[in-house]
Amino acid sequence: MSQENSVGFVTSQRAYFNEPLKLKSGAELPRFELVFETYGTLNSERSNAVLVCHALSGSHHVAGRYADDPENVGWWNNLVGPGKALDTRKFFVVGVNNLGGCYGSTGPLSINPETGKRYGAVFPLVTVEDWVAAQARLADYLGIRTWAAVIGGSLGGMQALEWSLQFPDRIRHAMVIASAPKLSAQNIAFNEVARQAIISDPDFHGGDYAEHGVVPTRGLRLARMIGHITYLSDTQMAEKFGRQLRHGEHKFSYEVDFEIESYLRYQGDKFAAFFDANTYLMTTKALDYFDPAYDFDGNLAAALARARASFFVAGFSTDWRFAPARSREIVFALLHNRLHVVYAEIDCSAGHDSFLLDDAHYHDLLRAYLENIAT
Amino acid sequence: MTEHDRRVRAEQRERFDFAVIANWIPPGERVLDLGCGDGRLLRYLSETRDVTGYGVEIDRESVLGCIRNGVDVIQMDIECGLSGFEDASFEHVIISQALQTMHTTERILGEMLRVAAEAVVSFPNFAYRTNRAAIAAGHMPVSEDLPYDWFDTPNVRFFTIVDFENLCARLGIEIRERLAFDEAGRAVSEDPNLNGSLAFYRLGRRT
Repeated sequence: MSQENSVGFVTSQRAYFNEPLKLKSGAELPRFELVFETYGTLNSERSNAVLVCHALSGSHHVAGRYADDPENVGWWNNLVGPGKALDTRKFFVVGVNNLGGCYGSTGPLSINPETGKRYGAVFPLVTVEDWVAAQARLADYLGIRTWAAVIGGSLGGMQALEWSLQFPDRIRHAMVIASAPKLSAQNIAFNEVARQAIISDPDFHGGDYAEHGVVPTRGLRLARMIGHITYLSDTQMAEKFGRQLRHGEHKFSYEVDFEIESYLRYQGDKFAAFFDANTYLMTTKALDYFDPAYDFDGNLAAALARARASFFVAGFSTDWRFAPARSREIVFALLHNRLHVVYAEIDCSAGHDSFLLDDAHYHDLLRAYLENIAT
Repeated sequence: MTEHDRRVRAEQRERFDFAVIANWIPPGERVLDLGCGDGRLLRYLSETRDVTGYGVEIDRESVLGCIRNGVDVIQMDIECGLSGFEDASFEHVIISQALQTMHTTERILGEMLRVAAEAVVSFPNFAYRTNRAAIAAGHMPVSEDLPYDWFDTPNVRFFTIVDFENLCARLGIEIRERLAFDEAGRAVSEDPNLNGSLAFYRLGRRT
């Protein structure tokens, strides 16, 4: 990693919340912890804080690296740093691992104080609304009354949108990138296949695999392989792998023949080695359930009537998971409510994952927008 | 003319165009600007008329310019219509010197008067005296209001004041007001199709 414009070495912090959190499902978490990182300095008016929300597999480690694990670079390091598009010389940037996550915040891997064992399967399903409610507790803890911006891609963008609805007066700008106002049937279908891959793994044990000392690695691996297909575009897969052969010839077996198979297996193995299966299941459910228009007879414009924030919305031309048309649904619902909105449709061949790349034009757009909101 | 003079001239022209349009936009209105470029007109209208609104633009550098100018912009292709924009959701919709760069003229005019009560359209008049002279001399016209060579022009529809008014009549569009100006920016009343270089219209639905 280049040291230039990097926030450098960072340290995670932990906040404890002893007030119970009522969840959307009706369940209650009596207490919880969140791990988070911050970059930059909160100004004296406390007006320059930006919350970065992570997507399915992300974490609180947004930028920089750890002194004791220098290879572990933050997942949006290309965006966040001194002089970068989200400039830490101007903004106080906060990354948080969501509730139910597996990077240190209270989740299925945590010890349930009532039983002394890991929560595992009994950890309640948490939703995007619950994540945002928990993030608001963190904002209180950090003394941040109002975010200058909440930004996220994909599922992270849904959190930015949810912030504008649940706490309209605590967010000035919502930056919703490569996202959607709700999942389509096809999106849910992919999630369900991923879940079934995990649940049908004999090592899953109804979610209590930790008590059995095993991990449903095969299921997780499959789930990630399926997910990964939806993150990439057909074009990009063709460019990157095409029909390239691993061994230069057809092997007439079920071992790896094509490079794309090798790539998916590699991604699956890498992911299955560290990600928690229960967190994965729960997170896909949070995605499926997210639908602000649900309580408004499907009328998104009516659902967004509460919002007061200004919006930056962006979609990527080759993203078929959350295609630009899904972003436009958000844009026109915002227009109906006469809210400020900028919408960019960015040409990028990398599909859904484009939001993580440092495409120059994409970052120029983010930089320009953020420069105008810096105080 | 030096490059500097050219730029100063272009800015003067632009300010003149903006002032003509602004004159038709009552203060505090909600407007939509199609082909808004880097959002300069919207910014001008917001500063001088306290107007709110959105720009629509396809070009990515212009969209970036809008963001830099603090103008709300939606990146989409107007040629594909304005689906998503609700009926009568704006008081004015503007297309300033951009209609001639688009193929789907009829559709765009129809969509404009669907989303707004009134439309403001400006375009260069291809039948202007010097343009006719250029054609007569065997060349495609290049002028103050048609500053491009034939091989690099963004214009794809070449029409005149008379042509445009015929189309409006055919589409049931009411011309509520027309202004034409020569290259020096003087208002033209006599034979605008010959004497007008740039035309401005206020259009509505015939009731």
